[in-house]
Amino acid sequence: MKKTLKERLAILSDAAKYDASCASSGTERRDSGRSGGLGSTEGSGICHAYAPDGRCISLLKILLTNFCIYDCAYCINRSSSNVERVRFSVEEVVWLTLEFYRRNYIEGLFLSSGIIRSSDHTMEELVRVARILRTDHGFRGYIHLKTIPDASPALIEEAGLYADRLSINIELPTDAGIDNFAPQKHPTRIRAAMGDLRLKIDAAAEPSFRGRRKRFVPGGQSTQMIVGVDGANDATILASSARLYGNYRLRRVYYSAFSPIPDASRALPLIKPPLLREHRLYQADWLYRFYGFAVEEITRTRPDGNLDLEIDPKLAWALANRERFPIDINRAEREMLLRVPGLGPRSVNAILSARAHKALRLEDLGRLGVSLRKVRPFIAALGWTPLRLVDRSDLRDLFAPKPEQLSLF
Amino acid sequence: MLTILLDGHGELAEWRAAARALLLAGIPPERVEWRQRGGATGDLFGGQMEGSPLPPPDPQTPAATVPRAFLELAEAVICHNDPRRFALLYRLLWRLQGERALLEMRADADVVQANRLEKSVRRDAHKMKAFVRFKELSDGEGQPRRRFLAWFEPEHFIVGRTAGFFQRRFTDMDWIIATPKGTSSWDGQHLRFDPAPATKPDLRDAADDLWRTYYAHIFNPARLKVQAMQSEMPKKYWKNLPEADLIPDLIAGAEARVREMAARAASDPPAFHHRLRARDKAAGREGET
Repeated sequence: MKKTLKERLAILSDAAKYDASCASSGTERRDSGRSGGLGSTEGSGICHAYAPDGRCISLLKILLTNFCIYDCAYCINRSSSNVERVRFSVEEVVWLTLEFYRRNYIEGLFLSSGIIRSSDHTMEELVRVARILRTDHGFRGYIHLKTIPDASPALIEEAGLYADRLSINIELPTDAGIDNFAPQKHPTRIRAAMGDLRLKIDAAAEPSFRGRRKRFVPGGQSTQMIVGVDGANDATILASSARLYGNYRLRRVYYSAFSPIPDASRALPLIKPPLLREHRLYQADWLYRFYGFAVEEITRTRPDGNLDLEIDPKLAWALANRERFPIDINRAEREMLLRVPGLGPRSVNAILSARAHKALRLEDLGRLGVSLRKVRPFIAALGWTPLRLVDRSDLRDLFAPKPEQLSLF
Repeated sequence: MLTILLDGHGELAEWRAAARALLLAGIPPERVEWRQRGGATGDLFGGQMEGSPLPPPDPQTPAATVPRAFLELAEAVICHNDPRRFALLYRLLWRLQGERALLEMRADADVVQANRLEKSVRRDAHKMKAFVRFKELSDGEGQPRRRFLAWFEPEHFIVGRTAGFFQRRFTDMDWIIATPKGTSSWDGQHLRFDPAPATKPDLRDAADDLWRTYYAHIFNPARLKVQAMQSEMPKKYWKNLPEADLIPDLIAGAEARVREMAARAASDPPAFHHRLRARDKAAGREGET
């Protein structure tokens, strides 16, 4: 008997939840004020709910179908799994998106799919959902489509006209890992697809002779790496991300700690997902993208190439480079202020603005919302020098969490 | 001492009119007491409290100007529910006449306080855009436009401030957002704001059931992080979120679900998997389709 819409929604959201991205930010600004239709995107994304896993729910994130001819060991939808298989019709996805949107549950749709029949057939179905939403319903909310690596260029081209963001998952940080755990996927073809997409995005950004730019994937492309499946260390993972950001100009690389799935494969032991490691990778990724750190600076603080789990990567870098401190907050340049543990871009801006009018003391920093406990050992301010605090051998203990008994589960 | 009585529904205009008059009359901040009609201090004296008449301008006082950044700041701060916001803004306005760069002095106590109020208002407005839940009114059949109603309980006076967002987004439907701090509405022609407190309506929408299904299934029980959820979705918002009453059971059942996944032995692959892999082999091209 055919399952109800609700039953299929349950299965196909279960099937989609291992994709970490739910972002609805970074696209163009648009609204329905003039068209009189439905939907808007206004710069920063909106998280309409949070699940008890702490993750933002911004989009209706579902699969069109969880039938899949691929057999990726880490995936809940792999062909060798006995999960129940169902599918939505294109019209059902359109209906769910619009009805959810009207009730302000979501910012839009993140649609992916198992590979059925062929790459082109699957991609065609995804594109059809986006086309109906945009052209038949005038929908101006956010659309993120998963791109099927081997789909034909014409389909990707069309997807880019409707979607705010396209993504292709690189899945694992090394080619060997992909060969081992996702034997039907081909790292070279995944990269080729990303490269093609980058060229298309670049070309659309060039103004035509009329000075108009073509609207094409305004939110750019993103990808996801699963952490903890193959043996890659953090240095390998982050180097791989840096290449993705550099060569393919990805907007985001998501890290997803491998987490137990129903009916798991024998090839992968079910362990507690390495959430702290995932968190440190995001912090390092942030340092690379917004704080001017090179990946090697972050990863060379430990011989095994993994990030310190006890302290955050910026603090780890500072402790390994004590001779660069203290930093004078009344004189140092922005780049160096950004390297002080406890200062983010926002507080650095506040410092730069405030110090133009008077020399700052520690109390002034406190009023700017900076945590003095964190920054004090690393800075000099009017009336404050940390003496040789950075030479203290117990400095790490000031920040590292107290040892805890390991939990058995 | 002058007493200025304001409605305080989050609109800058009434404060601005009074502040401009006071400034042009050369009245320093310490000679003004700002009160909110029906507010915490106003209640005590009930109807008998009356504001002072606004003073006439002092011809010696030069025309007042303020940086654009101050108006933006003031538009947010005026929405805060802190009764001291009127006085704080007037103090800033007064000081700005002499200290033009005041707002850049981010460690100044008044600036710090104003920035704090602004941040709190921004956050509340952002959460309102996130957590308003529209329910469809079923009596609208046969009408050309669909009709929706939401009940929300904001912390600050932000209903007017956020109305434009909902209009730009939900342009093709009629909607009403009712709150204890006023009601905004849109009918395709007019965007309205009524400051009178509304009462909570009793509403049902069948779509909530589908949303709850989605919420429960997009949750990954192996990644329980209750603190992270609660810092972004504080409990004060839960009572008006149709999905929130699922949370306790999802949390309580998470560990058992993970144990069960771990304990279950890997099953034998379904028949279609064997057919697929046999086809791969026959084609001699592992994985290509």
